[in-house]
Amino acid sequence: MTTTWVKSDRQKEREKLLKAQGRRSLSAATISTVVVVGLVVFGLLASPGWPRVRETFFSWDALVTALPDVLRGFLLNVGIFLIAEPIILVLGLGVALLRGLRSPVFFPLRALAALYTDVFRGIPVILLVYLVGFGVPALQLQGVPNDPVVLGTIALILSYTSFVAEVFRSGIDSIHPSQKAAARSLGLSHGKTMRYVVVPQAVRRVVPPLLNDFASLQKDTALVAMLGPLEALRQAQIHAAESFNYTPYVTAALLFVALTVPMARFTDHLAARAARQRGGAT
Amino acid sequence: MTLLTIDGVWKRYGEHDVLKGVDLTVDTHEVVCLIGASGSGKSTLLRCVNLLETVDDGAILLDDVEITDVRTDPDDVRKRIGIVFQAYNLFPHMTVLDNITLAPRKVHGVGRAQAEEQARELLTRFGLETKARDYPDRLSGGQQQRVAIIRAIATQPRLLLLDEVTSALDPTLVNEVLGVIRELKESGMTMILATHEMGFARDIADTVCFLADGVLLERGHPDQIFGAPQHPRTREFLSRT
Repeated sequence: MTTTWVKSDRQKEREKLLKAQGRRSLSAATISTVVVVGLVVFGLLASPGWPRVRETFFSWDALVTALPDVLRGFLLNVGIFLIAEPIILVLGLGVALLRGLRSPVFFPLRALAALYTDVFRGIPVILLVYLVGFGVPALQLQGVPNDPVVLGTIALILSYTSFVAEVFRSGIDSIHPSQKAAARSLGLSHGKTMRYVVVPQAVRRVVPPLLNDFASLQKDTALVAMLGPLEALRQAQIHAAESFNYTPYVTAALLFVALTVPMARFTDHLAARAARQRGGAT
Repeated sequence: MTLLTIDGVWKRYGEHDVLKGVDLTVDTHEVVCLIGASGSGKSTLLRCVNLLETVDDGAILLDDVEITDVRTDPDDVRKRIGIVFQAYNLFPHMTVLDNITLAPRKVHGVGRAQAEEQARELLTRFGLETKARDYPDRLSGGQQQRVAIIRAIATQPRLLLLDEVTSALDPTLVNEVLGVIRELKESGMTMILATHEMGFARDIADTVCFLADGVLLERGHPDQIFGAPQHPRTREFLSRT
């Protein structure tokens, strides 16, 4: 015998009410959005200085003039990012793994890794850029690069590796000890347990915070400008200095945003896919 | 032939003595069931045998070689002893097949093709051949625990430890796991089980040991332990289960 579902009157009534509720929330959302946006736009346009601000920050002509140079500069930012990021990932994981070593033989390495993360997380990135960018060439050592782009990139790597290492370490610590016990009970050494069981799970878990750090690194590539290379911010500065108009800065900002927004959506996509793969279960 | 000797093993956590000088010998092909209330030390004893816990006193010998010697390589011992946990502890990021072949490939140096062939044979033997490519969380608890048992025996251990392997399962799934253990006994596997399934223990065990507060109070043939327990605490425990 098969039982087919015939919707009861009670259920029909319930669905009608839910539908009405849904319509009401939709219109409430629409109205409040229109009101909020309207107020902000009105406040902006009504402010006495708006015509001046529009001319100084949102001038179409200034944008068109500055765009080619700022865009060219921005390619250098992207280049710095693309080179620094993989190196940071590898070094960060390395530092995190060093801090997880338990054998007394490795004490110096462990202590060094801890000292490194403590110190470099604390130094403002801009100071590090100055220290490496101007300090290293001043040493006048043979064979040490003195190209400001390279030195700036090294400064960024030094700073971000310490953050990424901590992200990896928290990911590794978040894997339940029973996973380690299961791996060790099968005869896997500490190294193989980390490599095949703990780190793969930890990396999956820390992808969202890592991408957050990527976005941060992307914009901090602008700090390399302090050493002189003609990247996006520097180009914008030059244009602004020539025209007394700040629109080139807004242009640079738009380019940075244009890169981080797709990455944020990509993060969401990865997270959603991971959730689907787990089959909705925990 | 004696496979495992536990000699006066003592284990303490902080101020609490979990094992107070436990002695036990296990022969090859023997199935030993540890029974006793939660907290009596059954799981700790198994974890000591697998060297997941270090003993605070006493010794454990496998094939007449002391494995609790501080100079032994624990990885070398664990290659010969398998353990199955109450919570399965499968690796969630690997397929069933990869879970099973990880240790043969990475610890025992078996080639991928051969390891997978052996894994598929085991999966077929225990009715899980269609699950090879699935991830663990797509499986029911009973299926996951059967995979965990297969993973533990894929390296052909000399001894298999089972730590309350049915405690996390609902009653309808318990039997499929117990069926696997029964088949392992028929194939001659030496096993130590910590269990709350008294009927199963009586049925499958060659020897039953009753633990209470870290002391092995009574050991004997299942008929004797369940039929005519000698120690008053054994009688009291069995009357409550």
